[in-house]
Amino acid sequence: MTMPAPIRALRRPTGAIAAGWLLAVIFAALFAPLLTPYAYDVQNLPQAYQPASSAHWLGTDEFGRDLLTRLIYGARTSLSVSATAIAISVACGMTLGAAAAWFGGWLDRVVTMVVDMTWSFPEILIALILVAIIGPGTTGTMIAISVAYLAQFTRLTRAQIMTLKGETFVEAARSLGATNGHILFRHLLPNALAPVLVSAMLATGDAIILEATLGFFGLGAQPPTPSWGGMMSAGSALVFKAPWIIIFPGLAVAITVIAINLYGDALIAALDVRAKVRRTA
Amino acid sequence: MTPLIQIDALSKRFRSGGGLLSRPRTMLAVRDVSLSIGKGEVVGVVGESGCGKSTLARLVLRLIEPTTGSITFDGTEVTTLPPAALRQLRRRIAMVFQDPYSSLDPRYTLAQVLAEPYQVQRQKLPAESVAEMLSAVGLPEGLAQSHPHQLSGGQRQRVGIARALAMRPDFVVLDEPTASLDVSIQAQIIALLEDLRDRMGLTYLFISHDLGLVRYFCDRIVVMYLGAVVEVLPEPRAAPRHPYTVALIQSGFVPDPAKRRDLTPLQGEIPSPFALPPGCAFASRCGFASSRCRTETPKLSQDSTHPVACHHPL
Amino acid sequence: MTALLELSEVNVAIGTTALLDRISLRVDKGQILGLVGESGSGKSLTATAAMGLLPLIGGRVTAGTVRFDGQDLAAMTDRQRRALRGRRIGFVSQNPMTALDPVQRIGEQVDVVSRLHLGLSRQAARTRTLDLLTQLRIPEAAAVAESWPHQLSGGMKQRIVIAMALAGDPDLIIADEPTTALDVTVQAQIIQILGALVRDRGLALLLITHDMGVVAQVCDRVTVLYAGRVAEEGPVGPIFAAPAHPYTAALIGCIPQEGMEKGALKGIPGTVPSALAFPSGCRFGPRCARADAACQQVPQLRSRGQGLVACHHAEDGA
Repeated sequence: MTMPAPIRALRRPTGAIAAGWLLAVIFAALFAPLLTPYAYDVQNLPQAYQPASSAHWLGTDEFGRDLLTRLIYGARTSLSVSATAIAISVACGMTLGAAAAWFGGWLDRVVTMVVDMTWSFPEILIALILVAIIGPGTTGTMIAISVAYLAQFTRLTRAQIMTLKGETFVEAARSLGATNGHILFRHLLPNALAPVLVSAMLATGDAIILEATLGFFGLGAQPPTPSWGGMMSAGSALVFKAPWIIIFPGLAVAITVIAINLYGDALIAALDVRAKVRRTA
Repeated sequence: MTPLIQIDALSKRFRSGGGLLSRPRTMLAVRDVSLSIGKGEVVGVVGESGCGKSTLARLVLRLIEPTTGSITFDGTEVTTLPPAALRQLRRRIAMVFQDPYSSLDPRYTLAQVLAEPYQVQRQKLPAESVAEMLSAVGLPEGLAQSHPHQLSGGQRQRVGIARALAMRPDFVVLDEPTASLDVSIQAQIIALLEDLRDRMGLTYLFISHDLGLVRYFCDRIVVMYLGAVVEVLPEPRAAPRHPYTVALIQSGFVPDPAKRRDLTPLQGEIPSPFALPPGCAFASRCGFASSRCRTETPKLSQDSTHPVACHHPL
Repeated sequence: MTALLELSEVNVAIGTTALLDRISLRVDKGQILGLVGESGSGKSLTATAAMGLLPLIGGRVTAGTVRFDGQDLAAMTDRQRRALRGRRIGFVSQNPMTALDPVQRIGEQVDVVSRLHLGLSRQAARTRTLDLLTQLRIPEAAAVAESWPHQLSGGMKQRIVIAMALAGDPDLIIADEPTTALDVTVQAQIIQILGALVRDRGLALLLITHDMGVVAQVCDRVTVLYAGRVAEEGPVGPIFAAPAHPYTAALIGCIPQEGMEKGALKGIPGTVPSALAFPSGCRFGPRCARADAACQQVPQLRSRGQGLVACHHAEDGA
């Protein structure tokens, strides 16, 4: 019995290391209160601008707060906002895309038109416009990111379903008397899910950067809630005085997104191996 | 005796292309086809690309909606059935598809594939039925938990047949069921189909491009060209009367070098179905074509034993 | 007389899997050799080996020699082998739908062969192309030369592929299932063309097919492959009249014929073994009605009439 693809992806060393980092970040985010000796919002001005020391492993920020603590709590913000946003985006995108592909006609035309229009805007622009309307904060950011990626999942699902619709096994199911619902939920969506999930994972990496960008402009989580983007924003003015304030959150974003992409690559390779056709003599 | 299936003046028009600035092109994939199939018969439909045989197969099951015409199954008009009644009907008519590789959902196990007809028909799956179905088509029961990609083409096609027979239908449409299989496997599958037909009292509509196979397997043979029926042979050895049928027979190579022929194959190409010439569609390639053939479309003759659609039948 | 193409006891492997075992065949000028087998028999692989293209698919000849016009392919340089392909060996592939470049006009695709291999000028190459198209009975050759592949039917495309194979003025044509993807009436046209080419130009033709009907109609000799080995070989008449190898007999028996009673078509039980799990001894043994203990020994090819057969229980024919 072969292992499912996410486990087989761990066979490649890059996949395993990447997965390791991601699990560490998720773990840290989940158990933040237990792992951090300091509070993330208590100021300690005499200790401000301290470089790394035994008391503060990554140093302190401009308010004397422990950087490592804020980094870990920042992971909470970044991951939860991005992951939730993408999850909502996938759910809505799959629904819209499947409906457009299955029913065709005017619904398909409208959806395609909206998707094409949205597709031409960079995600950051859509996100900024929406945050400007909704207002800054984690909710606003989450909605903005959701909508920004909606086009991608709608398109992908629609393309998958359109291809699958023409497969002989769908025709076979209809010849047995299957209803549209049966075909959609028992054949089309399960087969379309795999590529969409891989895309969702990679999009989460993009979403983390987007969230950090919004946070950098002060549009994300509001102080004192830490976010990686917000920390980088504060640190940008202090690059020469206390460079660690911007470096560590920046590294956190970069490494996490790279890890997501590496694991995603390993996952795609693991899925491909299963589907490869054996050459005949 | 009333036929089990009665097809009258069935036609199907397809539209293709057409955008903001251009009109769509239309073509008649099936043109005015009439046919009756009696219970227990094996009727073959033979023809080359574009003849409409696959479309006809799907029309009979209403997987595609006809443009005009009627289909009667055991007295019931199929073309106007409401969805619930159509679902009931699908218990009695089944289809076996050409491509064993794509006719099974790759994510399903064989057990799930064979359980699906019951699921769809909202019936309880009797115990042991998966095992029974597998052995009825000559597959070991142990394969029940395998996935399609672990099976050979011949094995997958057997699963397709088992699935089609799950609800014990009366009538099975077989769309080139052996076309993508090796010759030795093809023969196995044909033997299986013969056996199942005898045991279960089935009626078959057998679609194929292989005239030799159809002449072996079928009781009556319908020859199609560009969407229309050109001839119906009352029995496999009947002498053909339509020039196209003759050409088809002569184009098939017999595995006997003593019967080598001086090949004078049919010249020319099949015209595009989007641009059918007026009159007989076969006239452009026919050695016997007259001016009448190029203006007047021949109708299938009234003789019900050996109908031919030709102005100069042989 | 030196055969134009000769394979002697050729073994081929891809990676660590041995796929062909002691394949021997020869094609002479003016002759059509049919290479027959089902999937997994190794017939396409044999063609690939004959053209020296095994490295392209990660394969290699592990024993035996492939000789073209007396010269060992393995002893040649890459450049010499490339000079053979297109110029002395023409190849007609299985699927005309994908054999042509969709973004190049037909004329250019045929021209390039004569320009490359015969050094013709643009003008001369085009004249030759139009000439070839006309000989292959393609109507309105000039118009066809200006069209794109998608505008032609399958049968026409296959004729273009044959024209490309002929453009270099080869001595040998290797055709790998040239009619499998075509309609029956078109198949007859193409087979007739190939037969005429051999007769009129004295070419040699290695025709790979799974269809015994085609073999009976047009081939002079036939080699039957099963699971990477030669089962039987010889002139077409005696082999069809009295096949010595049970597989050949069974294969012929799998084709529905005039006069066959209903129920006579039975097929061969079992399936072709995979190269990863070839049976020991005779590879056809597990499926053979005549198999017994002797078949645990690998049968050697021995002569029988004007051909060869590898079977312990071969029918002794004329």
